[in-house]
Amino acid sequence: MLSNENSPVQVILYEGKGASPLAAEIRLAVLSQLLDKGFAVALAKEGGRQIPTPPLKGNQRLLVLGDFVGDAPSLEDAAGQASIETVTVTGLAADEVLGLVEQFREGQPMNEPGKWKPWFPVIDYDRCTNCMQCLSFCLFDVYGVDEDNKIQVQNNDNCKTNCPACSRVCPEVAIMFPKYSGGPINGDKVNTQDLEREKMKVDISSLLGGDIYASLRNRSEQAKSRFSKERSPDKALSERKKCLTKLQQAGMIPAEVLENLPSPEEIQRRAAAAAAKADAALKAQTSAN
Amino acid sequence: MTDSSHQPHRILYCRCAYANTVPQGVKDDVLQRLSESGLPFEAVSDLCEMSASRDPRLKQIAEGGRVKIAACYPRAVKWLFHAAGQPLPEEGVDVVNMRELSAEDVAAQLLDRNTESTPSSHPVNHAE
Ligand code: SF4
Ligand code: SF4
Repeated sequence: MLSNENSPVQVILYEGKGASPLAAEIRLAVLSQLLDKGFAVALAKEGGRQIPTPPLKGNQRLLVLGDFVGDAPSLEDAAGQASIETVTVTGLAADEVLGLVEQFREGQPMNEPGKWKPWFPVIDYDRCTNCMQCLSFCLFDVYGVDEDNKIQVQNNDNCKTNCPACSRVCPEVAIMFPKYSGGPINGDKVNTQDLEREKMKVDISSLLGGDIYASLRNRSEQAKSRFSKERSPDKALSERKKCLTKLQQAGMIPAEVLENLPSPEEIQRRAAAAAAKADAALKAQTSAN
Repeated sequence: MTDSSHQPHRILYCRCAYANTVPQGVKDDVLQRLSESGLPFEAVSDLCEMSASRDPRLKQIAEGGRVKIAACYPRAVKWLFHAAGQPLPEEGVDVVNMRELSAEDVAAQLLDRNTESTPSSHPVNHAE
């Protein structure tokens, strides 16, 4: 699980009583720049309702920015736990406002765009039947079970970026990757075609001959050696190449993942551990019923 | 949970900043329309990242009453909140899909104060 370093600074753009609205271009530029840097920002106006700011924790700070009429008012956290600062931004350009926010952050860690792509499976429990196929498929410990032996994504940051392979082994099309390009993996509606799972599974297992990771690794090595042994007499090469291309074209496994798979022994060890975990969860489910 | 049935909905905009999943032109245009609407709203950098890091602000969004969320597919947004341990309520939440709709349509749905759900916006419990 990722560490929760998400919000050392809460930013409010204040345009309520006692402040003039910012110029439209400045407001838009400030909002976009803050968001693209990873800050959340609330635009506060008179009237309407605001999503309330969560209780500030000791290390969190609230920065209220506005074109205040006169001096910026001073505010205090009633609970006395966090610092609230009000700053006048009259006449500042958007990047100067961003600079102010960064200064206020004082280098405290936070999750930021560019550091990690939030790529991880999201389970649609309206569809999931708790069959554990995803758990036994994944070698990277992404899946686990909760105290009721229900499947869960437990280590989302172990997931291999841009690899949606586990969504293809789910017989119920219950696994989404919201940042994936195509449906239904991206969360789009599941249609009857997508439900032809068995067919898809047979295709995959025949392509890979049972041990999916060992086969993938093997194919990856073949693919790499293809360039150095262009005239290789290996008759299976074109077949393997076709297979690899097919998998990649299906968006199933990105080349980087294929190239960075662990050693065959390690794959075997992990596959056995994952299978044992899935098996134990299934047995526990059966004995509970 | 607050009784929010008579209160105007809140607006939440997801910037999808950690990967350009939502078309840039659509998200820029929606933000501009919100910014110029005269209404208050909250904007977050990336709901996926917030789900992955179990950001406590998801609780405020989920429990704060009626809300319209500009993001991506409603099914994805619903289960992202669930994955973070902060499920969205069955009622009073509309997800407006910036991956599929035009900025004009997204903004119209977000800013429409009279409709809870229209055929092209999706309450999160909408069967898909
Ligand atoms: S493979 Fe699909 S249906 Fe089976 S436990 Fe995983 S998510 Fe649920
Ligand atoms: S919820 Fe959708 S729009 Fe928001 S960050 Fe995730 S993929 Fe992007």
